[in-house]
Amino acid sequence: MSLLELVKINKNFGGVQALDDVSLTINKGEIYGLIGPNGAGKTTLFNVITGVYLPNNGGISFDQQSIVGRKPYQVALAGIARTFQNIRLFQNMTVMENVMVGMHANTSTGSFGAIFSTKSARHEEKMIREQSAKWLSYVGILTEANNLARNLSYGDQRRLEIARALATKPKLLALDEPAAGMNATETEELKLLIQRIRNDGISILLIEHDVKLIMNLCDRVAVLDFGQKIAEDVPQRVRTDPKVIQAYIGGELP
Amino acid sequence: MDIFAQQVLNGLVLGSVYALVALGYTMVYGILGLINFAHGEVVMIGAMIALAVVSALLSVFPEMSPFLMIALAGTAAILVCMSLAFFIERLAYRPLRNAPRLAPLITAIGISILLQNIAMIIWGRKYKTVPQIFPTETFELFGANITSVQIFIITVSALLMAGLLVIVHFTKLGRAMRATSESQRVAGLMGINVNKIISVTFMIGAGLAAVAGILIAGNYSVAHYSMGFMLGLKAFTAAVLGGIGNLGGAVLGGLLLGLIESIGAGYIGDLTGGFLGSHYQDVFAFVVLIVVLVFRPTGIMGERVSERA
Repeated sequence: MSLLELVKINKNFGGVQALDDVSLTINKGEIYGLIGPNGAGKTTLFNVITGVYLPNNGGISFDQQSIVGRKPYQVALAGIARTFQNIRLFQNMTVMENVMVGMHANTSTGSFGAIFSTKSARHEEKMIREQSAKWLSYVGILTEANNLARNLSYGDQRRLEIARALATKPKLLALDEPAAGMNATETEELKLLIQRIRNDGISILLIEHDVKLIMNLCDRVAVLDFGQKIAEDVPQRVRTDPKVIQAYIGGELP
Repeated sequence: MDIFAQQVLNGLVLGSVYALVALGYTMVYGILGLINFAHGEVVMIGAMIALAVVSALLSVFPEMSPFLMIALAGTAAILVCMSLAFFIERLAYRPLRNAPRLAPLITAIGISILLQNIAMIIWGRKYKTVPQIFPTETFELFGANITSVQIFIITVSALLMAGLLVIVHFTKLGRAMRATSESQRVAGLMGINVNKIISVTFMIGAGLAAVAGILIAGNYSVAHYSMGFMLGLKAFTAAVLGGIGNLGGAVLGGLLLGLIESIGAGYIGDLTGGFLGSHYQDVFAFVVLIVVLVFRPTGIMGERVSERA
């Protein structure tokens, strides 16, 4: 059953066609890979899905509802969370607070309740704290809870981004190059974490340059090149697709 | 009477009002990178509304308890100022959110002039005397005289500042505010309604400004349509001195600036052999501003130079 459906998405910046009639469907419970050479439009596609950019035309439906034109926070509320290619944590907040921010939308205390510290606000605050601790231990960085986010090691910062995204209670988790800059051990741990998240019922959209990771992890893979989807299939078949090889090597194959 | 102790005390009283106003500047700057030059006028409107309410109550219920009276006047002033700030942000700043930075800055100056003129039309050009609804008692503390009004000012300011710090650091709203100030884009993607948080930030700042207006009018027993202008500039100086964008810095900067002004004004006559008098008080604030901008533009507690684009 489909969770996210993009229909003929177009996005251009001035004269540059960043996305050209891209259609794709991500099913519930799936790990869906998105690969392509640099500048192929992968991150642009992420930004269109999460409401940062408005597509010039095309449709996006998520969980049977159209989400085109919604603001990023509304998309987040609908159940799409993301991490960033270059880490975007709240650097001057603690590790725990970063995750607590992720829970913002799914809790009910308003400004009034927070300012006057009503009983329900205090109760909810405690729940937020406990739940956030659970997400931190889920990704394995609970011991860092009270450190500032900027003091974490690179790998832990990536984990924190995932914990923060999970705290928004997503149905779809979009990971933008989560293995970038990781060594082999860290990448292996990341793979296990992503599998665990999927097994807990969250679908995953994964942009990655690490071909091995994509091949090991994804149920299906789409390939973007110059804003167009040139292939979509199970990893083994995408790997041998002549059009994909040409896009990566950039010329005729012998 | 110990003159030094007296000047320190006066400085703390003045400084706590600067601090309250500086918090409003610094919160808005922290989130939007905007120096809201209309903030001083919000202080003035707060004072004027409270004065109008008190005058009305005095003529209708002369027997009313002064505490109830100040509570009613304060509530009215806070509500008016919060609504005012909400509409200023919504109508004047939000449409310019993605405009070059100078555009909202100039708009802020425009709003400041607009509010002054509206206040002049409503309340006239004359200085308005603030009725003394509390019996003024004087106490002695470390060789200085302190009045009940001054005690009231310091207590109210300290409570509000502590309350604000608690809200910002320990509540869901505060987390959302800090997250928004680090990155509006990421905060939005994490499910925070950024526009709402910005509105609330303006309104909290305006609430503090309203109280500051009442306190300063009570302290000098006078209110005027242009009273917010100089006060606003000084509070802005205090915010820069402490490190703009930093709440603790605004409090520290406010208190320090109050002390510098007060002690400076107390001794300037002696130091210049009577050539300059205490009416040169205002000079100190701007000398401080220039010195800070030249030698430590990030202020005392500011560490990061603006990273935003």
